[in-house]
Amino acid sequence: MSEITLVEAVTQALAFELQADPRMVVFGQDVGANGGVFRATEGLQQRFGRERVLDTPLAENTIAGIAVGMAVQGLHPVGEFQFMGFIYPALDQILSHATRMRNRTRGRLSCPLVYRAPYGGGIHAPEHHSESTEALFAHIPGLRVVVPSSPARAYGLLLAAIRDPDPVIFLEPKRIYRTIKQQVADSGTALPLDHCFVLREGRDVTLIAWGAMLQETLSAAEQLAQEGIEAEVIDPATLKPLDIHSIIDSLEKTGRCVVIHEAARFAGMGAEIAAQIGEFAFDLLKAPVWRVTGYDTVMPYYQLEDFYLPSVTRIVAGVKEALDWDHPRSRG
Amino acid sequence: MHKPRMQLLASFDIAYLQYLDERGSPTQVLPDFATADSLCRAYRQMLLARLVDGRAVKLQRTGRLGTYPSSLGQEAIGVGIGSAMQASDVYCPYYRETGALLERGVSIEEIFAIWGGDERGQNFQRAPHDLPICVPIASQILHAAGVAFALQYQNASQPLRVAVTCAGDGATSKGDFYEAINLAGVWKLPLVVIINNNQWAISVSRNAQTAALSLAQKAIAAGIPSLQVDGNDVIAVHWAVNNGIERARRGEGPSLIEAVSYRLSDHTTADDASRYCPQSEREAAEKLEPLGRLKQYLCSQGVWSSDHQIALEEELAQVLERALRHYNHAPKDAPNALFDHLYARLPEAFYDQYDNLLNCSESHS
Repeated sequence: MSEITLVEAVTQALAFELQADPRMVVFGQDVGANGGVFRATEGLQQRFGRERVLDTPLAENTIAGIAVGMAVQGLHPVGEFQFMGFIYPALDQILSHATRMRNRTRGRLSCPLVYRAPYGGGIHAPEHHSESTEALFAHIPGLRVVVPSSPARAYGLLLAAIRDPDPVIFLEPKRIYRTIKQQVADSGTALPLDHCFVLREGRDVTLIAWGAMLQETLSAAEQLAQEGIEAEVIDPATLKPLDIHSIIDSLEKTGRCVVIHEAARFAGMGAEIAAQIGEFAFDLLKAPVWRVTGYDTVMPYYQLEDFYLPSVTRIVAGVKEALDWDHPRSRG
Repeated sequence: MHKPRMQLLASFDIAYLQYLDERGSPTQVLPDFATADSLCRAYRQMLLARLVDGRAVKLQRTGRLGTYPSSLGQEAIGVGIGSAMQASDVYCPYYRETGALLERGVSIEEIFAIWGGDERGQNFQRAPHDLPICVPIASQILHAAGVAFALQYQNASQPLRVAVTCAGDGATSKGDFYEAINLAGVWKLPLVVIINNNQWAISVSRNAQTAALSLAQKAIAAGIPSLQVDGNDVIAVHWAVNNGIERARRGEGPSLIEAVSYRLSDHTTADDASRYCPQSEREAAEKLEPLGRLKQYLCSQGVWSSDHQIALEEELAQVLERALRHYNHAPKDAPNALFDHLYARLPEAFYDQYDNLLNCSESHS
């Protein structure tokens, strides 16, 4: 078992399932001979042929729309969007069709498909190559939003996404495509969707983050540990549907929660998580749910992107505010 | 002033096809399929579409149906498409499709259910592989391209199963249309795209939609064959669709048909075309409508008479009444249907909302 990167884990999962499932096809821009601009489909066309690994014309809405047609006739399409920043022309097909076909036909037709897209900032890319708009997708009924944060989870969750009978958008944190290596067995074993992963146990505060932002979050937890603060770190992995029960289980221990995400704060996933905690676990809270997020600004060009992205320093500061917070009624 | 010398790179033609003119006179020798039997059947299906359509409008006017988009005047397009397809082909309809849906085996009750606000109408019992009617303009053409890919992928040996789709004239202004025919051309998909050019996209006329002389010529940019047909001539529509389907079956790729007709109704029952559609234009278009000319032709051939007409109208009235009884007596879908088909299996995260709905619906009833 060799150590592989996150992007290699994606390739490995695609290859495993292409081999196992003749209904599966992979397509997108430059995914063929070029193997994708991030090489996520490296070697797949050579191995599985041009009939199953196809370059599409340069049209994102096409990628989303043909996947619907393929899926309703029994294929398992996996479409790649080159960058999340270019996905918006495809929103109509995702929102109006892929996620509604099962409901609209009362189960007669369904869309077992996966849309993959590299997402997030921190790679010094040009404009429109660094956004993280997962909350836009989490708002869409009928969709699953999945974000892997390690090679093992990329492999296992992508397999689960492809095998899932409903549409999944699989957002790959491109900043950590090649920065972490991990041993991943190419066994075809999927990881569960709709479940949180507890990455670090702790009793003082619950930190919730996903994708690349887990790197900073885990570093912040290390730093806090040196000060005697034990943070529990949770990766929801499936942002929708959200496994709020695992988060509440953690709050039973900690009573304090900080949500960290790259995306803008307003109506972001942090707002949803905070609202659900408020609804289902208000009595467990010793402090309001804190958010450490990207600002409600346009994602900057790369010279300023480090100011936009939550840093270890910002996360540690946010955690300390959550820890220091006293209930006004207990202040006397 | 310098005038550069240029060479001709390419030139293109757009063909136009008509068999029956507006008086029902053949403009040329009719194709073999245009037998008395097949044309009487086409006439029956067109009349059925018109009667269903008219009844749907009345149901809306009396509060028993929601907003409905009439197909009045475009019956030859729907019947021409449906009669050229095999059951095993896949149709990807838009929403002004009563004639084609009936041809595909979609029941009158299902059509009424869709516009009566019930998703169960889209669960076509006798057209299990066809896509549901599609509302966002032109988006179904991309689905049809995906369907065509799947049909070819699943069985690449000829004759292929074929994907067929239809869209309005306004749809040809949208990216989905261009994207789909472009992809179909470059992937050589077994796909036939029909444009129902009824001259109106709600209130925007065909001439305000594009400077192109025809909509058929848009196929040239995608490198696929096309033609324009008289969309009020069911023989021409059937021939063109059949020709496109046969091409696709042989693995020769996609094609586009522009069927020229006229929307003799409001856009939907929520619209008032008198605000923008000149009365004189509509009256002129009424003279071109498809049923009258076919009936005249059949009468001229001695295969149709007023007795035939009366018998058919009685038969279809009964068909319609039966469907209407079923529609009126169909029990309302259960509230939990909101969640039951959202995912294959409802995720746990939805249980609270599901319980909430059930509790509220109990207190309603």
